[in-house]
Amino acid sequence: MTATTSHVNPNVSDATARAAAKAATQNQPVTFGKALNTALADALVANDSTVIFGEDVGTLGGVFRITDGLTARFGSERCFDTPLAESGIVGMAIGMAMNGMRPVIEMQFDAFAYPAFEQIASHVAKMHNRTRGKVDLPMVIRIPYAGGVGGVEHHCDSSEAYYAHTPGLKVFTPATVKDAYLMLREAIDSPDPVIFFEPKKLYWSKEQVDLQALASDYEAKRAATTEGTARIARAGSDATLITYGPSVSTAMEAAKLAAEEGISLEVIDIRTIVPFDDETVCASVRKTGRAIVVAEAQGFVSVASEIVARVQERCFHSLAAPVLRVTGFDIPYPAPTLEKYNLPSAERILDAVDQLQWEA
Amino acid sequence: MSTEAHEDRISSVSKKFGITPEDYMLPARHMINLLNVDGSLREESDQGTEPGHEYPLPSPAELMDAYSALAVGRRVNDQNSALVRQGRMAVYPSSHGQEACQVAAALCLEEGDWLFPTYRDTVAVLTKGVAPMEVMTSFRGEWHCGYDPKAYNCAPMSTPLTTQLLHGVGVAHAAKLRGENTVVVAMCGDGATSEGDFHEALNFAAVFKLPVIFFVQNNKYAISVPLSQQSAAPSLAHKAVGYGMAGERVDGNDLMALMAVMRRAVRLAREGNGPLLIEAHTYRMQAHTNADDDKRYREDSEVQEWIAKDPVTRMHAYLDDAGLLTEEAQAKITERAEAIAKKLRDGMNQDANTPPSELFEHVFASKTTQLAEQQALLADELAREEA
Ligand SMILES: Cc1ncc(C[n+]2csc(CCOP(=O)(O)OP(=O)(O)O)c2C)c(N)n1
Ligand SMILES: [Mg+2]
Repeated sequence: MTATTSHVNPNVSDATARAAAKAATQNQPVTFGKALNTALADALVANDSTVIFGEDVGTLGGVFRITDGLTARFGSERCFDTPLAESGIVGMAIGMAMNGMRPVIEMQFDAFAYPAFEQIASHVAKMHNRTRGKVDLPMVIRIPYAGGVGGVEHHCDSSEAYYAHTPGLKVFTPATVKDAYLMLREAIDSPDPVIFFEPKKLYWSKEQVDLQALASDYEAKRAATTEGTARIARAGSDATLITYGPSVSTAMEAAKLAAEEGISLEVIDIRTIVPFDDETVCASVRKTGRAIVVAEAQGFVSVASEIVARVQERCFHSLAAPVLRVTGFDIPYPAPTLEKYNLPSAERILDAVDQLQWEA
Repeated sequence: MSTEAHEDRISSVSKKFGITPEDYMLPARHMINLLNVDGSLREESDQGTEPGHEYPLPSPAELMDAYSALAVGRRVNDQNSALVRQGRMAVYPSSHGQEACQVAAALCLEEGDWLFPTYRDTVAVLTKGVAPMEVMTSFRGEWHCGYDPKAYNCAPMSTPLTTQLLHGVGVAHAAKLRGENTVVVAMCGDGATSEGDFHEALNFAAVFKLPVIFFVQNNKYAISVPLSQQSAAPSLAHKAVGYGMAGERVDGNDLMALMAVMRRAVRLAREGNGPLLIEAHTYRMQAHTNADDDKRYREDSEVQEWIAKDPVTRMHAYLDDAGLLTEEAQAKITERAEAIAKKLRDGMNQDANTPPSELFEHVFASKTTQLAEQQALLADELAREEA
């Protein structure tokens, strides 16, 4: 991470806010959403150039409340609402980034980022290359994504493959409260544009995390870098589940159930789809000799397909069975009453585990 | 921003001109036109101006500078078309006939101001100060834009229509948040006004009250499609009122009128009155690019009609009649134009030889492991080819 982070001395009100946050976070679990909110606030404090904007992110604090309180605390020049136009939001962010700012923008839902796709694919992804490195675009596009929350049509897409397929974009997706904080801070400080996918079913998930300590670690550069480093979410020896974002918790559940049957599954949380950590993934597969990729997105031409291909190319001689995928079906995301049939479940993962040619 | 604040802005600037907010936002009844096609100055009553839409004549010095850039622009357009015919350039969308617009778009700006051009705006980019070979780099088939946008305050020439207008809005917004008084000229064509980003850019600029001049060169065609199939509005300048900004129409082949209108627009924007939309009426004298055949969609007689309205001969005639353009001055301008044309010929006659390995260098700020692997693969291939 090479970004400039000017560490402004927190003023009195920031100190008070931090003290309050500290008291709050030391004693009780923190939600994923609160971790993101705190990361945004800390980034606004750390760098005067950070600006946040999008639809309903100001007074309301965003439809998921991820920007809650930021306008009140930092003013409407640092966190503000825009007219309803996603291409406009991304396009304006590009210009602001060209002119010294670090925009962090919110797309209200996954499917509502599509109007901005031209700006993202033709400019966000290519400006640095087109200008031979003279213009960088340090901007973050936050996208709440994926299902599992009973959302209606257009509110549950897993659209990560579109962005991961586009050279020049980094694609992050945290799966834990701690990573939500750290990865968002890293994304904001990155000199490259980052598409930041937030699994919306995790917004309300809780963990015991001391955000105050995490912030200090991050700012003192003591926290381990998440970009390009997959996380071993659970160590195991019989097979590897490779997953990310909303599917990590499902994979963990499957691993727990498998352990009860005496099968030891390793769970790898990719964390950053781009850049991809081949090393950690392949080391695990070489060790276990078996692998399943689990992802909520439809499987055809997907991030899961790419991971399977990479593992197969690199670990062929270590494999005892074909690398399988457990993904969403190749259908438009189903209605709330039917989504459970589409989402990869622990049972479906365990069925796949059974197929890993255990008796040679 | 509240509705009241928005109304205040429009009413305060219109009050300054002694007209209603509607009359301020709507373009004048006639387009602004200061010079007749023969270069004579039009009667004041005939210039299209009206209360609140008044345009003082540019100074002789300003006009001489602008004419110099205009003559250079024409020479560069024709030189580039020749280089394409000789196979030294891959493609060139010529602004032949539109050079007055090109020159005015760049010359109205001051130091620190930004220009957001399209593929057809090479002459504007050149006039903004970008080195000739750097301007033309992308048209020789290079993979990058050829110049450092931040060194010249000039964005890369944009191909995806009107996407760059939003970037101009962003540059102005960032400057405003820092308290800087940067003005942006963001350019597009008539056909491009149908694109969604055109509307989003105008709306964002107006809502955030940003100093952006949207400058539309209405050259009557979008490749083959005439303006009548793009818009049913009374004029493209009328679109301004829908966003709460002022619009104006100007004769795009009249350099004097363009300088007057653009200078005033920049001044109004810099004073904090928000964005403006200027529609310049001009004509694309040549095919869309060298790859296009304009005989398939327009009559040659139509093109011929516009020869009489040529911006270069018109300005030349005015300056000549006014006694401003001495033989010596004309000789100097011609010499400058020839020097730039020679630079382009010499530059294009050398093959571009960017090392292929550079293709991997700027995808990200630093190379990913995967890009490094692919770069090594290509290097290995090339090494084996050489061996
Ligand atoms: C988004 C997008 N759609 C289509 C094109 C292909 N295209 C290039 S130029 C052009 C015509 C544009 O016409 P106009 O805006 O009038 O500008 P002019 O070429 O006349 O200067 C088209 C359709 C493009 N570059 N970008
Ligand atoms: Mg046109």
